[in-house]
Amino acid sequence: MEQGGSQANSGFPSNFVNFLNFLGKNSLKIIGELGAVAIFFFYGFLFIFSLPFQFKKIVQQIYFIGVKSFLIISLIGLFTGMVLGLQGYYTLVKFGSEGMLGAAVALSLIRELGPVLTALMIIGRAGSSIAAEIGIMRISEQIDALDTMDINPMRYLVSPRIAASIIVFPMLTALFDVIGIIGGYLTGVVLLGVNSGIFFNRIYDSVVSKDVTGGFLKSLAFALIVSTICCYQGYFTHMRPGGFGAKGVSLATTSAVVISCVLVLVLDYVLTSFLL
Amino acid sequence: MAEPFIEFKKVSKSFGKLQVLDQVDLKIYEGEITAIIGKSGVGKSVLLKHIIGLLKPDSGKILIKGKPLDEFSKTELREFKRSLSYMFQQNALFDSLTVFENIALPLVERTNLTPTEIKKRVDFRIEQFELGEVADRYPSQISGGMQKRVALARALVTEPTMILFDEPTTGLDPLRKNAVLNMIAHYQSEIGFTGVMVSHDIPDVFFISNRVAIIENKKIPFQGTPLELEQSDNEVVWQFIHGQEVLQDQLTGLQPKKEVNALILEELSRVSQEKGRFTLILFTIDSLTQIKNQVGYIAAQRIFQCLAMGINMKLAGKGKAARFGLEDILVVLPGGSYSEAEGLINALLTDCSKQDVMNPEKYKKVCIDFSVKAGILEVKEKTDLESIIESARKAQKIIAKMECHRG
Repeated sequence: MEQGGSQANSGFPSNFVNFLNFLGKNSLKIIGELGAVAIFFFYGFLFIFSLPFQFKKIVQQIYFIGVKSFLIISLIGLFTGMVLGLQGYYTLVKFGSEGMLGAAVALSLIRELGPVLTALMIIGRAGSSIAAEIGIMRISEQIDALDTMDINPMRYLVSPRIAASIIVFPMLTALFDVIGIIGGYLTGVVLLGVNSGIFFNRIYDSVVSKDVTGGFLKSLAFALIVSTICCYQGYFTHMRPGGFGAKGVSLATTSAVVISCVLVLVLDYVLTSFLL
Repeated sequence: MAEPFIEFKKVSKSFGKLQVLDQVDLKIYEGEITAIIGKSGVGKSVLLKHIIGLLKPDSGKILIKGKPLDEFSKTELREFKRSLSYMFQQNALFDSLTVFENIALPLVERTNLTPTEIKKRVDFRIEQFELGEVADRYPSQISGGMQKRVALARALVTEPTMILFDEPTTGLDPLRKNAVLNMIAHYQSEIGFTGVMVSHDIPDVFFISNRVAIIENKKIPFQGTPLELEQSDNEVVWQFIHGQEVLQDQLTGLQPKKEVNALILEELSRVSQEKGRFTLILFTIDSLTQIKNQVGYIAAQRIFQCLAMGINMKLAGKGKAARFGLEDILVVLPGGSYSEAEGLINALLTDCSKQDVMNPEKYKKVCIDFSVKAGILEVKEKTDLESIIESARKAQKIIAKMECHRG
């Protein structure tokens, strides 16, 4: 009866009120979370520059995130380039402009596929393990131990990873682009017989520095997003509702990967629309 | 007494609906080891984590040298944190760092020492804790006891003025446990740090602590010196110091003393009202303390256990039996007569003579004669408890004897 009365008062059906309730609650939650991530990033980024400079730890992370991803990035880059070469040739030949193959492969790699696929591969390889490692450190009280030793856990754990990502993402993206173009060359020129000189000349003609800086900017943005999200998810494993211990770490790792991937693709669209 | 170094004032803490601390008051003095004892899961670690600021109280204050912890400036808080070490219950070793790197970490991250100086200090601790062989291994590759020692080494390496130990000896073998407690006591007297130790190792922990606090049921019912602890009448305290006897009684199926006392009082009032009767038997094992000291703890325990279990079996629910002192068992037969009690003793004798503990052959190294005495008292009128026990003791006769073969 009371509920009916309140409905009559507000003049809205209860379903609609529930919907608004749901919407409001979740919006608040998401905005709160975004704020927390922003603060987390801010401190993580700031502590990169605090003295004494953590050179050794950053190099270790560069090795882990970068050097160890070298092979997988090369492999993915090669096959992406090769398939671009095949598909591009098949499409371009219909218009009799297979000479444009080099430009098509290079532009799509440098502007789009290079940064995005590199980021996705690093998320899968390094991002998940960053979240898991920090998550396990959280649940086994290692982060608390750092805190009691007056070692700032943000500075010790998060900053080197953000710094290393900033350095490594653009480099791996460049690697991906170069190997991708070689892949395109292999299928386009070696297999399908496009003229080698034309292939490279078209690349030289069509790729401008704005394309390269665009790709570079994207990879930088992805580096910040991916490292922050993965560290954040691991760092706050214990705050996760319903996930304790190993279960919590597995949930943290999953959401680190999923959220990073989604954000990379969303951000890619946003950045592309600004950069065009 | 001097001003406490750390003082808890009406500190309460809940996790969700579960209240762990309820208006707890606790004083910790400088340069002393304070042991916090209590059953598992009563919030001992929670108490420690409040000191170091890992947890914040819901209400109440924590004073450090008279100043509330929440009023500390950032620099003061850092300084305070730097002056103390925390040894975690689960060790909290960094599992991606080797044993050496683990111990070195606080020095590497916090001090400006040269690598040679750090290595010197860490090697010293490694040697001290006999960790030389495992210095290059990772925590997951070494045993639990070793992990504990690594954690202890890491806590001591910064030479802190205060160390919080969260169960430093749990999971160690008895020899290593003694070594660790010894080490803590030794360093405490040498360096003079303030120690707060959560432990289950009773009574060992009493030997090295200056103060003891018992936490039970969200409160601290007792805090004081170990001597005061022994003199305390508090029942919780009694349970803690006599943990072994309590376990023994549970093993033998004896009732708590309290219950038997209550039964006697109940019977006494019944007797005075209805002119009925009840009988009580007081068994004593002579020289049990001597056996405990000279033959061994287990032998003494077995002899006692044998008698207690026999009594319980023969009683078959007709009465109640309880440990009355270290060597005494008191049996109450409500409504029972003298002859019933005699029957029970006779039945017991035939059983007990077959037992190993009554066989002198079993005591090859050290053998001490002992005898079991029993005194029966039939109570028909109201008197007081002490005089009943007194009369029963006077009525005691030897019912069984174990005599050693003398070469």
